[in-house]
Amino acid sequence: MAKHGLITSSIGKKLIVGTAGLFLMMFLLVHLSINLLLLRNDGGEWFNAASHFMGSNIIVKIFEVVLFGVFFIHIIYTLLLTFKNWASRPVKYFMTNKSQTSFFSKYMFHTGVIIFVFLVFHFWHFFFIKLGFVSPPQGIDSENFYAMASILFNNPVYSIVYIIFFVFLGFHLNHSLQSAFQTLGFNHNLYTPFIKSVSMFCAVFISVGFSVIPVFYLITDK
Amino acid sequence: MNPLNARIPEGPLADKWTNYKASCKLVNPANKRKLDIIVVGTGLAGASAAAALGEVGYNVKVFCYQDSPRRAHSIAAQGGINADKNYQNDGDSVHRLFFDTIKGGDYRAREANVHRLAEVSNNIIDQCVAQGVPFARDYGGALDNRSFGGAQVSRTFYARGQTGQQLLLGAYGALSRQVANGSVKLYNRRDMLEVVLVDGKARGIIVRNLVTGEIEKHFGHAVVLATGGYGNVYFLSTNAMGSNVTPCWRAYKKGAMFANPCFTQIHPTCIPVHGDFQSKLTLMSESLRNDGRIWVPKKVEDAERLRKKEISPNDIQEEDRDYYLERRYPAFGNLVPRDVASRAAKERCDANNGVSHSGLAVYLDFKDAIKRFGIDTIKARYGNLFQMYQKIVDEDPYQVPMMIYPAVHYTMGGTWVDYNLMTTIPGLFAIGECNFSDHGANRLGASALMQGLADGYFVLPYTLGSYLADEIHSPRMTTEEAPFKEAAGEIDAMLNKMINVKGSQSVDNLHKKLGKIMWDYCGMGRSEKSLTKGLELIKPLKDEFWNDIKVPGGLNEYNPEVEKAGRLIDFIELGELLMKDALNRKESCGGHFREEMQTEEGEAKRDDDNFRYVATWEHQNGEHILHKEELVFENVELKQRNYK
Amino acid sequence: MDFTLKIWRQLDAGSKGKFETYQVTNVSPDSSFFEMLDTLNQQIIDQGEMPVSFDHDCREGICGTCSLFVNGRPHGPDTGITTCQLHMRRFKDGETIVIEPWRAKAFPIVRDLVVDRSAFDKIIQAGGYISVNTGCSPDANAIPIPKRAADLSMDAAACIGCGACVASCKNASAMLFVGAKVAHLGLLPQGKAEASRRVQQMVAEMDSLGFGNCTNMYACEAECPKEINVSTIALMNRGFFMAKIFCEKEEL
Repeated sequence: MAKHGLITSSIGKKLIVGTAGLFLMMFLLVHLSINLLLLRNDGGEWFNAASHFMGSNIIVKIFEVVLFGVFFIHIIYTLLLTFKNWASRPVKYFMTNKSQTSFFSKYMFHTGVIIFVFLVFHFWHFFFIKLGFVSPPQGIDSENFYAMASILFNNPVYSIVYIIFFVFLGFHLNHSLQSAFQTLGFNHNLYTPFIKSVSMFCAVFISVGFSVIPVFYLITDK
Repeated sequence: MNPLNARIPEGPLADKWTNYKASCKLVNPANKRKLDIIVVGTGLAGASAAAALGEVGYNVKVFCYQDSPRRAHSIAAQGGINADKNYQNDGDSVHRLFFDTIKGGDYRAREANVHRLAEVSNNIIDQCVAQGVPFARDYGGALDNRSFGGAQVSRTFYARGQTGQQLLLGAYGALSRQVANGSVKLYNRRDMLEVVLVDGKARGIIVRNLVTGEIEKHFGHAVVLATGGYGNVYFLSTNAMGSNVTPCWRAYKKGAMFANPCFTQIHPTCIPVHGDFQSKLTLMSESLRNDGRIWVPKKVEDAERLRKKEISPNDIQEEDRDYYLERRYPAFGNLVPRDVASRAAKERCDANNGVSHSGLAVYLDFKDAIKRFGIDTIKARYGNLFQMYQKIVDEDPYQVPMMIYPAVHYTMGGTWVDYNLMTTIPGLFAIGECNFSDHGANRLGASALMQGLADGYFVLPYTLGSYLADEIHSPRMTTEEAPFKEAAGEIDAMLNKMINVKGSQSVDNLHKKLGKIMWDYCGMGRSEKSLTKGLELIKPLKDEFWNDIKVPGGLNEYNPEVEKAGRLIDFIELGELLMKDALNRKESCGGHFREEMQTEEGEAKRDDDNFRYVATWEHQNGEHILHKEELVFENVELKQRNYK
Repeated sequence: MDFTLKIWRQLDAGSKGKFETYQVTNVSPDSSFFEMLDTLNQQIIDQGEMPVSFDHDCREGICGTCSLFVNGRPHGPDTGITTCQLHMRRFKDGETIVIEPWRAKAFPIVRDLVVDRSAFDKIIQAGGYISVNTGCSPDANAIPIPKRAADLSMDAAACIGCGACVASCKNASAMLFVGAKVAHLGLLPQGKAEASRRVQQMVAEMDSLGFGNCTNMYACEAECPKEINVSTIALMNRGFFMAKIFCEKEEL
């Protein structure tokens, strides 16, 4: 039999995608808690302080590398699995499948791609500025993320795109948490319904949490 | 001289098998590797035999017509499997199981075989549990039992309504293990069309690869048939669409005699026929009769109005209902054996009291059971069966009584075998439903699974070894030798002839015609008159086949019509023999009911003085010659069955 | 009832197939889907052409042979049944019915609607059994098995190996099939002895046969004629990585 280790097996790859996904979700919560500081009416003092901390602390910096690694792994392994999945049905059905399944679960790959595209823009607007790849908007210090965010959110087109993106992220997350538990081998008739609710809650919490900020900017016209 | 030698070991009944095992010849492990065994069929008998023979070291080749061995029709058995474990402490024993089986078979089975079956029944349960068959259990973790027709003890082990499936998957697992091991080679989608004889011994088979149409030749030091029953001779039966008699029939024509073909079992609780387009009958488990009450309207007018759907069965008042089984058989009521229940239903429908649009159905009513136990209990017991009924008939059996009618289900007759399960061709063995040996004239519920596994796991490995012990000097033959080429050539010629008839009748149409003749003239009730007429009608079918059959497509491709046509011609020939045998047996016993032979109350009347034998037919130049194997009963007293 | 049928016709694995359209008339609503196809085939034979090949055997929903993808769903527009248990009353009079074979790389087409599912046999051969030789088993009641374990095991063991899980999965994954067998045997004490070996071997075989990967969409559970639960897949996943991570290395 060909060598069949944990990470070369189908289940192993799923396991990697799932755990990586859970880690990324943790990151989202941290990111959200910092972003919510934008809502403070302090001229961005706390927000910039937090941004500065995240950009300078050595432990965070190490985690930043880890985060990118995990993100990369999440994508690579998803691609490996997806290509295999596509190859598993070389001839497609004429009638589209009408089986009863959760709507979001069918589009994990698609929502994933949308998230990736958004992230490229997002990096362009923030992270690459920090790294110095991209120059900040005119007249704004490259450390002043509060100002950069304000400029972007005051643009209604950007805000709406931003909100739409988070709806997609919500779709992605709604399926992902419960799905990760299933992949990790946890399916229990007592707890699985609870996990599904938590999954739904996290998805809504994160996408609403992030969306609150542009809405706030749109309403208050700050 | 009688060519039949049953080779029953000497000694007291209870010691025969033990003595046999202790003294039979063995093959040493080094020699087992040099011996090839062909097993045809992967039902309970075939799969278990192939697995057990592979385990001890023979080279086994196993064949099935299905796409996977797991699909053999044993999978459809619902109720359970008998064993005399006596876990319920209700007085069961080897002797009691033996006795019930002999009596249930209306004293037409061989004592020694049946006793051996009862002896090994317990080993089967142990074996299956070890294989991971999830039998039903009680809260303490011990195995549960249910009761079944024809016995006064609870000895039936079950896995919901899917016992056959679970047992078969156990055997299939064991078989798969041997396939992985290399000791068994699996050939799926193959139809066995001929047995190859060399110097009078079975030395191989000819099969058709159903995907490519290729005719393949296979060698074996012995050939084991495990090919199931021939119920499809009636066209409509509870058998699978592909179930066929071809391997046994082709072996018959080569010299393997056929025993008691007229012993067919009609199962009383099937979903009634609903139209002439129908292809298959569906069985509802016998266990339904535990709680359901069978009735028809007392008044013919009511029956007529029901047939026209002017009224609903619930409109018939209690006093206008005829619970005919309870009326006729107060002691056993709705739980009389299958043959008795089937005939009683036919009697009522013949008297024009039947229901459904055809008038060929009776009611199986759960109203009282639901009242007594509550709907939830009934749901727990029979939920899946009720659901199945509702899907097919589109009526809710919780509200409206079920309609049932008898249908062809099992065939007790089959290829004649001796105590070693060897046919009259040396080296050719027959196990499971395809042989005639253990059920006499009527099989009890939950005994078919027992016999299939007993033969495969625990009997054949000994008896086949005993035969093969003398074959260790026979070298393997190549299939390029003359006998193989000749046999393959004959099959090729026959198939070519068949496909070139290019007549006007499709295989199914002719099969339906055959089935109708069989059912009308040799069904639940048979008489000299009906059988003579039936024989007259069936004889031209053979010519009709060879002159007017229409087989589309070619031979060298996947072509189900070729498969079906080949099976049909064998069914036509078997049908004739079946009627002949029924005509010969001028007594009523078990599933065979001769209308001339009944008591004043309409019950079956046996004739032990003249018919206490196995009617064994030999094929000689197109003629069927009857030989009789006298049945000797030393341990049971022959009595008329009484369920009143 | 009258129907228009669009049926996939393909001579053999190597040929190109295409849809053919047929009309069937006067079909009884009480007839089964296969009886309707029998009627169609009779028509085709009468016209002197090759009837449509489709797999079927027991016609009572237990052998697992039948395998039609009807109007976008394996085993047609009803749940908890096989194609042979589907009845024409489930369709509207005059409806167009599209019939396709199971589509998966691991299930090559044999002819028309017939596919080769021997990949499932290979997975079972890789370890879907308990290694016990005939005749060496202890008394059946020697090991008490909790009723719940026996019941759950039976739920999983009900799999008929029809392949609807693969057919319905957008990734053509066989994980419900494998999970069901792993759960059936792994939930019983007698199956635990070789549980870790079994799950590793079966998954390795599954991976090598060209099935896709589960994305937890659960179409398999929705379409399984025996309604096998996806918790069996979780059980398999758990067993698999526990075995890979914690078991000592052994030659499989």
